[in-house]
Amino acid sequence: MTSLSNDVLLESRGLTVRFGGLFALNELNIDVRNGEVLGLIGPNGSGKTTFLNVISGVYSASAGKISLGGIDITREKAHNISSYGLSRTFQRSRLCLSLSVFDNIALGAQRTLNNGLWHNVVQRKAFAAEARKIAEEARELLGVFNTALPDKLFDPAISLGMIDRRRVEICRALIGKPKLVLLDEPSAGMTHDETDQVVDEILGIRKSLGGLTIIIVEHEMGLIERVTDRCVVLNYGKKICEGKFRDVAADPVVREAYLGQA
Amino acid sequence: MTPTSRTLARGPVWPLFVAVAFAAVALTALVLIENQKLLGAALAITAAVCFCAARFGGVAATEVAASENPWLLRGLLTLASLAVIFVLRDDNFGLLMLATVLIYATICLGLTVQMGYAGLTNFAAAAFAGTGGYTAAMLGQQGGLPDALVLVCGGLVAVFIGSLLILPVLRTRGHYGALTTMAFGVMFNVFLDANDFFGGPQGLKLPGINLFGWDFTNDIHIFGLVLSSYVNYVILTGILTALAMIFVGLLDRSWVGVWFDVVRLDETAASVFGLKIAYWKVLAFTLGNFLAGLMGAVYAKMTGFIAPANFTFGDSLVMVSIVILGGIGNRWGVLPAALIVVLLPEKLQFIQEYRLIFYAVLVIAILTMRPDGLVARRVRKLHTEASA
Repeated sequence: MTSLSNDVLLESRGLTVRFGGLFALNELNIDVRNGEVLGLIGPNGSGKTTFLNVISGVYSASAGKISLGGIDITREKAHNISSYGLSRTFQRSRLCLSLSVFDNIALGAQRTLNNGLWHNVVQRKAFAAEARKIAEEARELLGVFNTALPDKLFDPAISLGMIDRRRVEICRALIGKPKLVLLDEPSAGMTHDETDQVVDEILGIRKSLGGLTIIIVEHEMGLIERVTDRCVVLNYGKKICEGKFRDVAADPVVREAYLGQA
Repeated sequence: MTPTSRTLARGPVWPLFVAVAFAAVALTALVLIENQKLLGAALAITAAVCFCAARFGGVAATEVAASENPWLLRGLLTLASLAVIFVLRDDNFGLLMLATVLIYATICLGLTVQMGYAGLTNFAAAAFAGTGGYTAAMLGQQGGLPDALVLVCGGLVAVFIGSLLILPVLRTRGHYGALTTMAFGVMFNVFLDANDFFGGPQGLKLPGINLFGWDFTNDIHIFGLVLSSYVNYVILTGILTALAMIFVGLLDRSWVGVWFDVVRLDETAASVFGLKIAYWKVLAFTLGNFLAGLMGAVYAKMTGFIAPANFTFGDSLVMVSIVILGGIGNRWGVLPAALIVVLLPEKLQFIQEYRLIFYAVLVIAILTMRPDGLVARRVRKLHTEASA
């Protein structure tokens, strides 16, 4: 077991999640280095999304340890973890469709905003100043996508198409200036062309923000190949391989996990 | 139906004048007219006008005009209220009904925060109002406390009782949370019925309000006119309703309103982005129960007598039905809905016996035609705040 180095942002040691008798994650050791894009791949049910859910606090670990930036977050509640600089998107869109794009994105900046009743109800000028600041930041982020999205800031989220909803989710995850972003299947529910577009956009955002660490779960191998620096392959909750995508893809153990024994 | 708020062109102002004037006239007519045939005709005309206004864009135009001219709206509403009070100045029963409608509407504004915003179903609103009422009665027996404080205490005790109930409510979800509040609503009644200390089924008497030296049992003499003492209560409840409307409206147009919505719509996303679900639910529950308790205390002081039968589970259901009928989450909807649900059964004497059937038929009929309620909730657009 290695000790924490400055280079490692997220570290999981012996991380285990059990659902009854099923080991969704089985003694998983994963290091995520500062500034890298880590691809998390594996067949269906291999524990990829479970890993994202447990580090973001949606599930709690049965055993093992997770630390983020050197701080032990294993027992932290979901609502505290975001304050350590972690945010995420979800496999199935979790936007609040009846709210405006602005409201949805503001949620991502929630912990930087003043939530006091007095501030919100009485000090309306201070509140409006906050709202303006968030609107400006949101427009800037949406502008990265090179679409008409900034003009739709106050439209209801339900009026957007699938790809725009995904973009809004990504903006919501980024507006709080996190250190680590978890992207859970950003290509889900989109066509091949749309996926390509989103990949370019993710790369563009990374360039413009600089130094952002990303864990990306994806089935679309083209996307993984283009964006990731490194990949971890899971199967039955265990890490079976780790390395550059090209090496991982050529690994016979990985091929067997995906395709079954020949 | 939905207003085309994306177009920035300013709409005409006149629909606002027409709408407020019509509402005032219709309200006065419904309260004043005793003749059942005439009343039926007035009701039919009101319903027809509302239906046409909704069908041909009148309601939408009014909404646009109202959102573009908020101060004009407030001024017109104040003027219209004064006009209604002037016309009804010596109709004691009508004024009492009006104050009761306003009390129900304000309690339902509290329910709007709980159910419409935070998604916390509360089937015990009448019990919380009752808590406020009994607090006022018990404090009145002790004496010594000024009435302004007694009313506030009514709200605070309701908050306290609510804070005990919130623990089981937070541990349950959806229908089960609703069941917990339901059990409390029923328990409240049984407890009061069986408890002689609180007057048992006979209830308690309590004196009228005396605010800052002004006794509410006095008639008002102004400009050579004599206004019934009940005008005091209509003015007080009107001011409280207006304050609650403003408060709930500002709450909705703030981060707190957004977080309430997110907590209601998606707890997982809410907590991942740092919202502590329990805190926001407790806050919504507290604000709503305070309004219920406060207005319950006003109600008790106004009627001068309270008994367990005033705050039954059926009354809680009526309050929930007002929120749903008005359009859940839209604070304006509770006004016409409270009017329909509270006033009409009192006025249409021939259906008194069939009160509950009347509710059922009317609510089903309205919700069939307008599934989102009389005034559906609009998407919140904080663009005025964000671009000022």
